[in-house]
Amino acid sequence: MGTMTGMTQGRPNVPFGQGRSGSGGGGARGRGDKKAGDKEKGQRRPMFRRRKVCKFCADKIDDINYKDVKLIGPFVPERGKILPRRISGTCAMHQRKLQTAIKRARQIALIPFVTD
Amino acid sequence: MSVRQYELVYILPPETTEQQVAELHEQVEQTVARLHGQIEKTENWGRRKLAYEIGKFKEGVYVLDVINGSGELMKEIDRRFKVLDQVIRHMVVRVDEEKKVVERTRTKRQTESARRRVKRGLSPERQPGEGRHADGDDGDDDRYDAGEA
Repeated sequence: MGTMTGMTQGRPNVPFGQGRSGSGGGGARGRGDKKAGDKEKGQRRPMFRRRKVCKFCADKIDDINYKDVKLIGPFVPERGKILPRRISGTCAMHQRKLQTAIKRARQIALIPFVTD
Repeated sequence: MSVRQYELVYILPPETTEQQVAELHEQVEQTVARLHGQIEKTENWGRRKLAYEIGKFKEGVYVLDVINGSGELMKEIDRRFKVLDQVIRHMVVRVDEEKKVVERTRTKRQTESARRRVKRGLSPERQPGEGRHADGDDGDDDRYDAGEA
């Protein structure tokens, strides 16, 4: 994949001050793990992965309102927690707006805080 | 004093009668009028199930007021609602700034799209039935497969 080319060997992007001592070795190991993860992801990708798109950007929804339970509902799964961005694919700006909307809706009992 | 827009949502017990709702609304109106505000609109959502129990209540009557007024006015209203027993929950939210932002992004997008369309030699507005649909233009690879088979 294209992401692999950017990773040059032996030039870690760690902040200065981490030389070739023990801590540097630790950093390198961390990198190795990350790399392995990337490779795995790269192999899995062609099989089943939809491109995640921010729902609010795609549908051009500007106003995420706390009163609109229908709109917010899908982002609050059964447990009552806010669906993380990494799963829903919402962009940072809209996730922020969604968060305030959900928190307001919870205050007036439109959406649960917790359910079990 | 600057005029700001606020939304006031409050929940009343499910057995509240229309008349009681009207009475409370009257009180709110008086407070708003006394402190030089105005009620822009009122919505009664009626009886709704609460997402969680508040005290002993599982249902409630929701009322929404959109109020234009000062911060002092909303402070007073908030204080009064805290005291009232017949209100099981209330919330005040300032909305004018968010509305402004929404308005701005919307107009910006419209002008931007109009500009791009004019550049492409099209009319500024999108015509009905023109172009692809907004949904379903990605992840439909099986459509091509079906065509080949």
